[in-house]
Formats: sequence, C-alpha cells, structure tokens
Amino acid sequence: MKARSIAAGMKTALLYIFLLVFLTPFLLIVMNSFKTTQQFVENPLSLPTNFHFGNYTSAIGKMDFLHGFLNSLIITVVSVFIILIFSAMTGYLFVRFKWKVNSFIFFVMLASLTLPFQVLMIPLVMLYGNLDLLDSKVTLLFMYLGFGVPFGVFTFHGFIKGVPFELEESAFIEGSSRLRTFFQIVLPLLKPVFVTLIVLDILWIWNDYLLPSLVLLSPAHRTLPLSTFNFFSSYSVDFAPLMAGLIMTVIPVLVLYLFLQKQIIKGITEGALK
Amino acid sequence: MKKKNVLSNAGTFLLFGGPSIFAFAAVVVIPFLVGLYLTFTNWDVRTGNSDLIGLANYYEVFSDKVFLGQLWFTLKYVFFTVFIANGAAFFIALALTSGAKGEQWLRTGFFTPNLIGGIVLGYLWQTLFSQVLPYLGNKYGWSLFSTSWLTDTITAFWALVIATAWQLIGYLMIIYIAGFSGVPGDVLEAASIDGANRSAVIRKIILPLSIPATVICIFISISRSFLTYDINLALTKGGPFNSTELATYHIVQKAFLSNQYGIGQAEAVVLFAVVAIIALTQSYLLKKLEVES
Repeated sequence: MKARSIAAGMKTALLYIFLLVFLTPFLLIVMNSFKTTQQFVENPLSLPTNFHFGNYTSAIGKMDFLHGFLNSLIITVVSVFIILIFSAMTGYLFVRFKWKVNSFIFFVMLASLTLPFQVLMIPLVMLYGNLDLLDSKVTLLFMYLGFGVPFGVFTFHGFIKGVPFELEESAFIEGSSRLRTFFQIVLPLLKPVFVTLIVLDILWIWNDYLLPSLVLLSPAHRTLPLSTFNFFSSYSVDFAPLMAGLIMTVIPVLVLYLFLQKQIIKGITEGALK
Repeated sequence: MKKKNVLSNAGTFLLFGGPSIFAFAAVVVIPFLVGLYLTFTNWDVRTGNSDLIGLANYYEVFSDKVFLGQLWFTLKYVFFTVFIANGAAFFIALALTSGAKGEQWLRTGFFTPNLIGGIVLGYLWQTLFSQVLPYLGNKYGWSLFSTSWLTDTITAFWALVIATAWQLIGYLMIIYIAGFSGVPGDVLEAASIDGANRSAVIRKIILPLSIPATVICIFISISRSFLTYDINLALTKGGPFNSTELATYHIVQKAFLSNQYGIGQAEAVVLFAVVAIIALTQSYLLKKLEVES
C-alpha cells in the first residue's frame, strides 16, 4: 500500500513538472516583463533582480492601454448582453410557436453555424463600406449580435424545449403579458445556459482580432488585441514593454478564469459537445 | 377576431424574433449570398464597376500557383497541428483521469494557453523564437536554435505548428476528459481483473470507447487550424518572403491590400469547400469505428 502511494505521489509530481514545462513560454514572458530590455537580451533566463514596473507604465502609454481596455470592455460586455437577451427571446419564440417561418429560420441559423468567418468577411466589408457604416463601434456590436445569435438561439432552444409550459400557463391566466411572463418566469430558469454562453462569448469577443481589425479603422476605436500592433510600428521592437503589454491584455481573462474556472471548463465542454 | 390574432402573432414574432433575426440576416445571410454573387463578378473597390464574368475568378484561383502552393502549405500545417495537438491532448487527458492528486488544478493549468487570444499568443511565441531560443542556442552551442526559427521557411512552419498546437491542446484535453468519463468503470475493472496491462487497456478499451470525443476533437482542430489568421499574422507575418502565408492570410491580403474582392471571395469559397470536405470525411470515416460499450 505504501509503495503504491509513493508511486501515486511521484506521478502527481511528474504531472506538475510537466505542467510547469508546458507553461514555460508564458511564465518566461511574465518573468521578463519585469526586467529591462537590456537585461532580457543579455540573459532571458535570469530572474528579475528588482521588480521593474517601468515596462508596464511604458506599455500603458505605448498601446494607449486605458483606451483600448475601455473599448474592449464596452464591446465585450454590450455584445454579450445583447446576444444573450435576443437569442433567449428568439429561442423561446421558436420553441413555443411552431410556425413554418420559425422552423425555416431556425434551420437556416443551424446551417449557418458551419460557415467560417472567412467566407463572410469580404462581402461584409464591401456592403457596410458602401453604406458608410464602417469605423463605428455600433456597427461592430451589431455584427457580433448577428454572428452570435445562431449559436445562442440553438443553445437556448435546446434548453427551453425542456421547460414545461404549465409554468407559464398560470401566469397567462392571471393576465400577464407574453413579454412579462418571459422575463419573470422563463428567463430565471435559463441560468445554466446563460453561464455557458457568457463564457464562450466573452472568450471569443475579447480575443477577436480579424473582425475588429476590418471594422474599427481609427485608432480611437481600437480594442486591446488591435492595440498590441503599436509595439511594431517602429523599426525595432522594444521587447520588455511589449511583454508587459501582452501580459496586461491577457490579465482580465486570467482573473475571470481564476474566479470562474469551474463554470468556464463546464461551458467549454458543453459548447464543444453540441 | 381572426385578423386580430394574425396581428398579435406578427407582434409576438417581431418582438421576440425581430432584433436577432434582423441582425442575423444583415450580417450572415445577405453577405453570404452577396459573397457568392461576388465570385462571379470583377467588382472593383475603387471605381465601383462590376461586370458578370462567369467562372473566370474560379478559373483564376485554380490556375494561381501561389494560392495553390499556400493551400498545400496550409494542408501540411493543418495535418501536423491536428496530429500533435490531439496526440498531446489525448495523453494529458489520460494522465489527468488516472486518479492523480489535484487533477482539478492540473486541468486548470493545462487549459490556460487557450485563454490567450491568437494575436497575443503569436507575439508571445515570436519573442521566444526570435530572442530566447537563439540566446540558448548560442550559449550552449545548440545549432538547432542558433538562428531565429522565424527566418527560415521550414523552421517557421514548425514554429506555426507548435504555437497553434500549444493553444489547442488545453481545449482538446477538456473534450477528451469528458469523453473518457463516459468509459464505464466496470469495463475497466473487468479488464484489470483479467490482467490486461495499461497499454492494452488504452488500445482496446479507452480508444475505441472515446471515438465520439475523438471525432469532435479532430473536427474542431481541423476547422480551427484551417482558418488560422491571428497567429500567422503575429508570429511570422507571412515571412520570410511570403513563404509562410496560410490560406486566410493570403485571402485577407488579396482582398484588402490588392483590392481583388472577387478573386479573394472565390478563394474563400474554395477554402470553405476544402475544410468542409476534409472535416466531414474524417467524421464519417472515424464514426464507422464507433462501438457500443
């Protein structure tokens, strides 16, 4: 028995060592973000002698961090919010009203899930460019709604199918309107779906690059992933602030992950298995 | 009474479906149809001129040696990325479901790279490949690392594969773990009573029973790596000398830098067809291997 527990301990230790190796690329960047560029170039493996936060302040200036952070935050929060509310309402509509037009639209939405962004990006830029709607955060929010709705509706649809109609019936008898019933009775039941979708949509939108790079043209609108480009605007790259900038772009998601890891893992699993 | 009913139905439809269906139509359906039409025209972004030219764009795509070369480069990249990422994810998932202590924490740790977006991840690996590895190569005399991997086509290819696989592994691992938990404990117990060793258990029981998870993982990794753009842009920027441009990178350049919208869109449609055919074929073939437990 004792030999067995030693073997198990060894195995756990080995796994932790392997994890450390696996995460080395990231940890090296974290470590070097506290050194000066010169110290980094001289020896990227040396531990920082004194914690040098200068890189962080210079990265904040160079990538206009506060602006980028605010843009990313607004775009992520508002997009996720509108995707969730409108998808939930439409999922409800498709479950409770089996009209032909509803099943047709639902079918088209499901089919569209196979479409990669690549086949849509050129006509999108062309159409919205012609209408002079590019370079606006509102347009980007609208596009995220359009891209996020099919999966949202699909997920809510699957869940609402299992919600018994009797729950709503009594509310209708008491004269509650359709909309009020939805928000007061149905919506609170959808909490697990909300968590899954919030996780998946935040990770998607916070990290997205290609779509915002096509829509948000002026520097004032830039999200964080777009702002990292600033480090490469000059001829030679100053690595230490770059590393600090990269870390700062990841930190919001990492903090979220630290608090919600169970939900995130659950959300990812459910999202992938659908 | 009937008229009122129709009106109220239409009201319900607009209220509950209006905003999302409108956005979906305006962002997905209409651009998709316009995009198909676009492939049959020579639309010019500067003059706004557009004539129907039949299949000329597709003809151009299939006779463009540069694009075909990049499609082939993309295929090789997808093959190795899918192979490495799935292999690593499978074995990590296996190790993390065998009863080690703190599996939850290890799982959390291995998943972390997947939270990093493609652009940031690309710059992170760019720093490693262009600065840290050459430093090690020169210090310890490892010739493999003595020059930056990003300055040579072959090593830059592997840099792309490694960075992409690193991002995918945690994600695939989660799906494999979910798949393994579907393997019934009594089957494993019976096998160990019969004296099956670990590798036999993996080959004969776990692998066949986790085929549904494998199908999903390979499907996801194929479609994701075929569409890689961010990592390509941040890590190699298509270089050296445009030799590491993946298909999406090429399409973006074609459309938005050379302003050849029609040809770019035809290339995108071809890329989509290739991804769909390969992803569906593998699902079909692997699903045949599925067994009931």
